[in-house]
Amino acid sequence: MADVALRKVVKRYDDVEAVRGIDLDIADHEFIVLVGPSGCGKSTTLRMIAGLEDISDGDIMIGGDVVNDVPPKDRDIAMVFQNYALYPHMTVAENMSFGLRLKHYPKAEIKARVTEAARLLDITDLIDRKPKQLSGGQRQRVAMGRAIVRNPKVFLFDEPLSNLDAKLRVQMRIEIKKVHQKVRTTTVYVTHDQVEAMTLADRVVVMNKGKIEQIGTPNELYHKPATRFVAGFIGSPAMNFLPCRLEDVGGTLQLRLTDRIAFALPAARAARYNALPRTDKLLLGIRPEHLTEAHAHLGPGIETFDTVLDVTEPMGMETLVYFGLDGTPVCGRVDPNAGAKDGAPMRLAMDLNNMHLLNEETGAVL
Amino acid sequence: MADVVVERGPVARATGARKGSSLRNTLGRKSTVAFLLTLPLILLIALLVLYPAFYSLYLATLNKAMTKFVGLGNFTFLFKRETFWMVVQQSCIFAITAVIFKALIGFIVAHFVHNIPGKKQRKWRGMLLVPWVIPPAMSTLAWLWLFDPSYSAFNYTLSFFGVGPIPWLGDTFWARFSVILVNVWYGAPFFLIMYLAALKSVPDQLYEAASIDGANWWQKIWHITLPMMRNIIAITTLFSLIVTFANFDIVRILTSGGPLDTTHLFATWAFQVGIQSSDIPLGACVSLFMVPILAVAAIFILRDVNKRGNEA
Repeated sequence: MADVALRKVVKRYDDVEAVRGIDLDIADHEFIVLVGPSGCGKSTTLRMIAGLEDISDGDIMIGGDVVNDVPPKDRDIAMVFQNYALYPHMTVAENMSFGLRLKHYPKAEIKARVTEAARLLDITDLIDRKPKQLSGGQRQRVAMGRAIVRNPKVFLFDEPLSNLDAKLRVQMRIEIKKVHQKVRTTTVYVTHDQVEAMTLADRVVVMNKGKIEQIGTPNELYHKPATRFVAGFIGSPAMNFLPCRLEDVGGTLQLRLTDRIAFALPAARAARYNALPRTDKLLLGIRPEHLTEAHAHLGPGIETFDTVLDVTEPMGMETLVYFGLDGTPVCGRVDPNAGAKDGAPMRLAMDLNNMHLLNEETGAVL
Repeated sequence: MADVVVERGPVARATGARKGSSLRNTLGRKSTVAFLLTLPLILLIALLVLYPAFYSLYLATLNKAMTKFVGLGNFTFLFKRETFWMVVQQSCIFAITAVIFKALIGFIVAHFVHNIPGKKQRKWRGMLLVPWVIPPAMSTLAWLWLFDPSYSAFNYTLSFFGVGPIPWLGDTFWARFSVILVNVWYGAPFFLIMYLAALKSVPDQLYEAASIDGANWWQKIWHITLPMMRNIIAITTLFSLIVTFANFDIVRILTSGGPLDTTHLFATWAFQVGIQSSDIPLGACVSLFMVPILAVAAIFILRDVNKRGNEA
């Protein structure tokens, strides 16, 4: 096991920079998830760590050694691919033991390791089958088994759950977490699914356009996003962004959303935003769970307003409500018994204690 | 009486209707339609393949003048002739050596072509297919000039290195070498194109997984490429073995079986015995010997393909 470090890593394809100078430190035993939209450079980064792509600039270190020019086979890593990449002509046992056989491990040790990994992944009964005789979930387990038996320094996962159906994905997500808890190998996991990222990671790396937007624990990213991209990418349904401006009214700092809606900011927020120029174009970032039905007793920092709902989506444990504020579509989360109906008026409450204020031009969270 | 007639009428109509609908059912059946659609091909094969095959079986049982039934007489006569056993030996050497080299060269060149990027690959593919698209009778004439004892371009080139002159078509070893060389030159592009298609169907991720598992280039070929291409290799080998075994034009044009019948294959010897020496029953008998030899090879190779097909 080992730590992994990336120093100003760049990947260029002709004129296009797919990865633009990434710095990342992954501690020993850590589970890191690289997440971002398609084409953000997360898979390329993973493949550079694996040695499947050359790096154009910078350094990659595994266990303190620079591995820029070390071929994949000598990096002591294991990778799980999106399409499993199981060898179709080999049985499950042969697939899992292939790496060990190439390294001429003693037969007894190979057998012991394969048996142990099969037991860990609950695929002991499948050991003599060919990949074609397995379901998607089983194949994924075998691919993980192939990685585990090698006992490598680093596990690399390249969107391993994308080909599974929703139910199986949740199940395998838990399996992967369990396996990591047992083997504690340093893991780099790539996904475009922010739910996977949040549930699996010790730390999440959000990437966009070849750069790292933010690195943090799932909670940090959710509650303290650094940029508009992170704020919008993490969380489902996504955070609402409403154009707004700051106003001084009678010695208090107000947030004006529309001509008729303006809220006084809570004291802590007012102190934080007081120094901002009043002319700046700003965005209010508010998550749907902080836009709920108005209760009779409102706490400090919770402001109400009336609106007419466009659409409601009953989800069972909650109802999502969609409405517009000055033409900007907004989503809120209300209690299923709050009486939200399509086209009906409703009084909603906004929790300004959990608001974010963003600079519209730079996208930075203020 | 009138009652009876009235009662019979509908029954008779019903029977007629049943007959009509059963014909319609038969014609409507998918298997019937399929049979009717393939019938022209079946007739063509029957006319051009089955009829000559059975006719040659019949011919092989006649005497030279084709006037008397001699049973297996022609076969027992052949077994006693030394030339026959030499032809068997030469046909096997020719077919097996040529197929091995064609497959090997095709496999290696396919790898090179596979690794050439994009548009350039198309050009190379086109150029490398040229030997295969030129009619072999024509290209072999060009080879005949290259091997010519007086004006041989090969001997001329070799003379600069102090080698030769080599009697390309006049010496048994070199004549056998030459016919195999031309056959390999002509047939290797077929293997190249088949292997190239097979290589393209092997997912890149398997090679990446193997790289990470610690495989070097040779281990990737041995453990990934070859097993993934096994069926294509088996089928192309069988196909090529049949075509090479039954080769006629190259040997006919280059050596006509010489020197001293040492480069004869079944087809060329059958032609010499049957047509040139006017012993048609014996010629038919020679050509019939290809059937059991090729059938055995086909059964072995295709059985393996079938087995693996079921596994996968």
